[in-house]
Amino acid sequence: MSLADCSAAELLRDLAARKVSSVELVNAYAERICARDGEVKAFLHLDIDAALARAKEIDERRASGQPVGKLAGLPVAIKDVLCTAGVKTTCASKILQNFVPPYDATVVEKLKAADAVLLGKTNMDEFAMGGSTENSAYFQTTNPWDVTRVPGGSSGGAAACLAAGMAPLSIGTDTGGSIRQPAAFCGVSGLKPTYGRVSRYGLVAFASSLDQIGPMGHTAEDCAILLEAIAGHDPRDSTSANLPVPEYSQSFNQPLQGLKLGLVREHFGLGLDGEIEAAVREAVKVYESLGATVKDVSLPHSKYGIATYYIIAPSEASSNLARYDGVHYGYRTDEKQMLEELLAEQKQAEAGGSGKELADLDTPLIRLYRKTRAEGFGPEVKRRIMLGTYTLSAGYYDAYYVKALKVRRLIRGDYDQAFEEVDFVVGPTTPNPAFKLGEKTDDPLSMYLEDLYTVPTNLAGIGGMSIPCGLTKGGLPIGLQLQCRAFDEERLLQAAAMFQRATDWHLKRPTRS
Amino acid sequence: MSLSRADVEKVSLLGRLLLSEAELDTMTTQLTRVVGYVEQLSEVNTDGIQPMAHAVEMHNVFRDDALRESLPRDAALANAPKRDSECYRVPAVLGE
Repeated sequence: MSLADCSAAELLRDLAARKVSSVELVNAYAERICARDGEVKAFLHLDIDAALARAKEIDERRASGQPVGKLAGLPVAIKDVLCTAGVKTTCASKILQNFVPPYDATVVEKLKAADAVLLGKTNMDEFAMGGSTENSAYFQTTNPWDVTRVPGGSSGGAAACLAAGMAPLSIGTDTGGSIRQPAAFCGVSGLKPTYGRVSRYGLVAFASSLDQIGPMGHTAEDCAILLEAIAGHDPRDSTSANLPVPEYSQSFNQPLQGLKLGLVREHFGLGLDGEIEAAVREAVKVYESLGATVKDVSLPHSKYGIATYYIIAPSEASSNLARYDGVHYGYRTDEKQMLEELLAEQKQAEAGGSGKELADLDTPLIRLYRKTRAEGFGPEVKRRIMLGTYTLSAGYYDAYYVKALKVRRLIRGDYDQAFEEVDFVVGPTTPNPAFKLGEKTDDPLSMYLEDLYTVPTNLAGIGGMSIPCGLTKGGLPIGLQLQCRAFDEERLLQAAAMFQRATDWHLKRPTRS
Repeated sequence: MSLSRADVEKVSLLGRLLLSEAELDTMTTQLTRVVGYVEQLSEVNTDGIQPMAHAVEMHNVFRDDALRESLPRDAALANAPKRDSECYRVPAVLGE
């Protein structure tokens, strides 16, 4: 087995024991990237030389007996939606194609302080809007298990680079399933923490009341290690929770006694792939064999999750993305051409030939905004800005936005009730395995409906995790989703680790590599 | 309910987007479908339910009102598409 196929925990032990150096590790991943990334295309930006320099510096510090951080020498990939000082951060959008942040996101700062080696920035759906990474303005990432299929999204590059052995740990973000769904599609583990567990400072905002940064890795232990490094209160994010961070990396292996699991009745209905249902039911049996009791629970409002989400998330997005105006940073349209066009329209209106009134014409500044945004954003981002602008506009605000916020509370209430009876809510992460590239790009609504098991977690603000629990006959990974009470990540990781001690799905790697 | 092309055009101005004729057509069809789908929320009884705008309902998080360095001007202007030595530059807003 190559170094690049080891878990992060194994690599950290080998680094600490000086059986392997950080430079050797970075070289092993660079080699794998050379071999695989031409086809998988997980990375938007790579700087192997910078990673090697950093690795060398950490190796030297360790060799001279100086203290090193908890992730010392371990490569980590970062989704390109987190600001990295001096390193381009594009959100896979043309509008930020040359954006170089002046500061690090708190999560990036914490990783640097833990002496992790930042390997590169991973591809994603533009501004994290999508479930296939096909909405990247730059290129499509493929699924390492079958390169004719999508890796999922929006953290598609983050999941694919793990599956292909191009990084041992990966940072993703999850607004409606964007960590868990690609983790399921790529056969890796991924955790969406409770809202507020991880600081969002320096995370480019999509839907601020739903966005959360989380760890992705091969195992529950790897996710525990990474979550411990990035979690915690941050005065620069007033929504981050002022709660102590448990030592997840120490406690993940403690088995849970008297575990109570709830199977969501509504998750096993129409539309669920038969092989996925069988794998999830098998996974539940594994838990039963480990002493867990299982009962049915109901989340009666979860069927409204997608409708609620596709009002709230675009509403927040339309407001957050107003900042891309071609003035402060990012792309700006060709001003000279824009002014010439506007002048021509003005002349046409004056001559009365266009049917447009002079008064209806944009001012030069408004036209600068509109043209910049029209050229800088891709179709899905435009769709969500339009949808959010519509649902927030006068006359519709109460009927759509406020209504969705009320249903959101009902969705949260369903979970509160379920968690009175069970410790975790368990079900499939996705209704179907990874779909073909291009299969759903013409039908946005069908793409949205794939999120039905994951969006309620974000609406409720609780924690959720996807772990590998099977392969289809066609060899595609299947994800098991566990959802927990707010701030119960420690036990969530313990529950995931229990499963991984009893099964070997998390050890499977795509055969192509 | 269905959105008219004129509705979509109006929303595109509010959202500061400029859509081509073809985009206006596609957007009208797609938004009509999505809005039609989300309208199922009207069947949920939400009488007496308070809107939930945020997952963690915290209020008034204060920090000390302490002086600290802000981003230096050059760093703040570094990503501007058009600037002079101290300001962002935009097309003329007032007058000719």
